[in-house]
Amino acid sequence: MTGMLDMDISSLTHVIVPALATTSLPTLPMAGINWHSVLFLLFAGLACGFAVGVVAADNVVRMALYLVFSLGATAGLFFLAGAEFLGAMQLMIYVGGTLVLLVFGVMLTAQAPFVSIKPSSSDRTLAAVAGASLLALLLTAAFSVDAWMAPGVGVVSAPSATPLGMALIGVRVDTPPSGSPNGGHAGYMLPFEIVSVHLLVVLVGAAYLARAKRRRTPRAIDAVASAMPVEPAVVATAAVTAPGRTTGGAKSALVGGGR
Amino acid sequence: MMDFSVASSILPQGLPMPASFGMIPLFAANPFTEPVGVIHYLIVGAVLFTAGIACMTLKRNALGILMGIELVLNGANVNFVAFSSSYLRAEGAPTLGLDGQVIALFVILLAAAEAAVALAITLNFYNNHATVDVDRADDLKG
Repeated sequence: MTGMLDMDISSLTHVIVPALATTSLPTLPMAGINWHSVLFLLFAGLACGFAVGVVAADNVVRMALYLVFSLGATAGLFFLAGAEFLGAMQLMIYVGGTLVLLVFGVMLTAQAPFVSIKPSSSDRTLAAVAGASLLALLLTAAFSVDAWMAPGVGVVSAPSATPLGMALIGVRVDTPPSGSPNGGHAGYMLPFEIVSVHLLVVLVGAAYLARAKRRRTPRAIDAVASAMPVEPAVVATAAVTAPGRTTGGAKSALVGGGR
Repeated sequence: MMDFSVASSILPQGLPMPASFGMIPLFAANPFTEPVGVIHYLIVGAVLFTAGIACMTLKRNALGILMGIELVLNGANVNFVAFSSSYLRAEGAPTLGLDGQVIALFVILLAAAEAAVALAITLNFYNNHATVDVDRADDLKG
């Protein structure tokens, strides 16, 4: 992250210093600016900054908000890399679905003592050292390949939605990448089916795990709640709705008796 | 642009330059005018991955650990997209083509499934223990 910031500051001086030397606005080096790179720097800075913010924040609600921003900026990076269908899926499934699920989890469990559980300072130091070591290792590995260091040639690829959909049903209509082994053409019908069955099983399992259970012993959360003083309005509401509840409870007790 | 005479005078003759010295020209170039390459995406992916690992190890809130997992998967996705992009590819270098995007799509779908199950487990744990602190989940400890 500090490397990114250094890069931004040094580039700003590159841009500003010639403009100050000539002191005339039309000579601003606007023509040489690669707007793809500028947008990349914007989205990369947002993604990395908010990812670090997720780690640094203690409040779980803020962590969820920063994660939304980080993943949204990553969708922008996907668009800039030419994967427009994947960027749209990132926004719709990840930001629109998974993170809404996470935010619901945060809202359902955000009781006052759990909103911010602070790790100890020794844990923080250990995580910082381990994270810096891991980052150095990953960056060294990434910088060690010459083919990755060269700037991109900027070949704009065809829209990827149709080839992706055809590949998912087992037919490849895209041209294989040059130099790929076996022609690089394999359909993804079987993985697609496996993933669809996996999603079905996961949804059934999640509904089973999260279902409301009827317990003989009161839940721990109810024990905590019953220890608190009850307001009169709540008692009155409970008294009004009591008859309906009794019959419903008896019915479900009959149904649930077999379990 | 960069003068390597200092570095080469420090290093003994005949010794190959360490690979990490390659990042010096990258940061010396003006990032506003240079085209973006694969390495830029790899840096972002590495930062996201590291932030996710730190989040998973540091947070005691179960939902914070889930967020760390999302960050890790997303960092891997950034790398897949970078390797599959023909826009970022260097001259003559191969790409993953569409395969990288298909794998990234599967990762997104499986992350959604994983989040659903993990959230159900977390809510179940919260119902039974009235906390989301993972340090309190020690029922199986002998």
